Amino acid sequence: MSKILKTALCALTAIAGLSLAHAAGAEEMREGGKLLLTDGVSTVEGSAGGGLATWAVIAADETQDGVGGKANASEVHLPAYDLRVYGAAVGFFNRVEISYAREEFDTGSTGAKLGIGDGFTFDQDVVGAKVRLLGDAVYDQDSLLPQISAGLQYKHNDRAWLVKALGAKSADGVDYYVAATKVFLDQSLVVDATVRMTRANQIGILGFGGDKDANYTPQFEGSVGYLITRHFVVGAEYRTKPNNLGVAKEDNWSDLFAAYAVNSHLSVTAAYVDTGSIVTFANQRGLYLSLQAGF
Amino acid sequence: MRPFLIASSALALAAALCLAPAAFADPSPDHPGEQAVDPYTQSNANAGAAPTRDAGLFNAFHGKDGIARIVDSFVDRNVADPRISEIFKNQDLVRLRRTLREQFCYLLGGGCDYTGRDMKSSHKDMGIQDADFNALVENLQWSMAKEGVSDRAQNKLLAILAPMHRDMAVK
Repeated sequence: MSKILKTALCALTAIAGLSLAHAAGAEEMREGGKLLLTDGVSTVEGSAGGGLATWAVIAADETQDGVGGKANASEVHLPAYDLRVYGAAVGFFNRVEISYAREEFDTGSTGAKLGIGDGFTFDQDVVGAKVRLLGDAVYDQDSLLPQISAGLQYKHNDRAWLVKALGAKSADGVDYYVAATKVFLDQSLVVDATVRMTRANQIGILGFGGDKDANYTPQFEGSVGYLITRHFVVGAEYRTKPNNLGVAKEDNWSDLFAAYAVNSHLSVTAAYVDTGSIVTFANQRGLYLSLQAGF
Repeated sequence: MRPFLIASSALALAAALCLAPAAFADPSPDHPGEQAVDPYTQSNANAGAAPTRDAGLFNAFHGKDGIARIVDSFVDRNVADPRISEIFKNQDLVRLRRTLREQFCYLLGGGCDYTGRDMKSSHKDMGIQDADFNALVENLQWSMAKEGVSDRAQNKLLAILAPMHRDMAVK
């Protein structure tokens, strides 16, 4: 994959450079100006999207004339585990998004049951880059063409010895995705469909590749949201996942979410998430809460 | 901040100083209180979109009276909005209110004719950036909400107006 990675990185960097150079040559920078919630919310992997699904929208409250940033703190509270995520994303000229997320997967008392120790925590760093290729999810209401973006997420898991003991091939991995997002204002709907090439086990928390399947597979993630007001959207998400590890069966994820934008600087997301089976503990359903602050 | 706008404002000021008697002596013959504009071909195609096919939408905006209230509050709010008030300086607000009423009535299926200019020529050289366009959207949302138009009906009008971004905003 390293050749594909290099090519993709090269292409992304070139597009990013071109668009930044283009914008830098334009008039003076301008802060803010995006319509509420049109940059989505923060996903568990740091990029802008639904919550589980990464969207084609570019993070933060900026237009093609400026740069914006957004920070988030999220927690998924499951019966056997807790996932905490701290992240930040910067949007450049509504064209390029650079994101970072720190995921802490806390096994709590389940760690002792699994024999890895009470409160054992897997930490993963995710660095993401996304480029908007074409379309505008909001303005192009007279066309069915969605906003389309491509991106990648480099993930590093700090528990290499353990994920390899579970059967993973690596503690590092790169996901590649193409996302299509469209707001159907006429129906007050926002729809996203994303295809991700990945070999991550439980989004990377259990490493990459496995004894059952070591290769990349295409996976789907998508969201549908209904815009109740310009501040408030409710919806559902679905995300398919590989099932690479023999000892730790993995299920697809889904959620029901509500996102509320207090203003252009503050939004809150709450969701009921079903993550299925995680490391032999089945029916992991719980509450997801996320706070996002833009600047 | 917006060189083009400043330049065109300066030109407009110069034109007003040099041509003031002529400009004010030649008001719009059809519409009292409005300034004359250069001749153009009147057509509903200038409204920038086809009317809605949603038969109930005009009523959801409380008909012509509702549209008139929304337009008045919308224009007042734009003129007072520090983000975009500059764009409205030296604009004929009497004409703007009338043509906006016509345009919304036409697009919402109220059976009116739109007699204004097309979106490209009526917003030429205004230097409207995405943030300005979005500020307009927010102000319109505020005015529609004040009139009691449901969010769903608001979005149906916004869906019709959104593509006008292409002709109104600078690339």
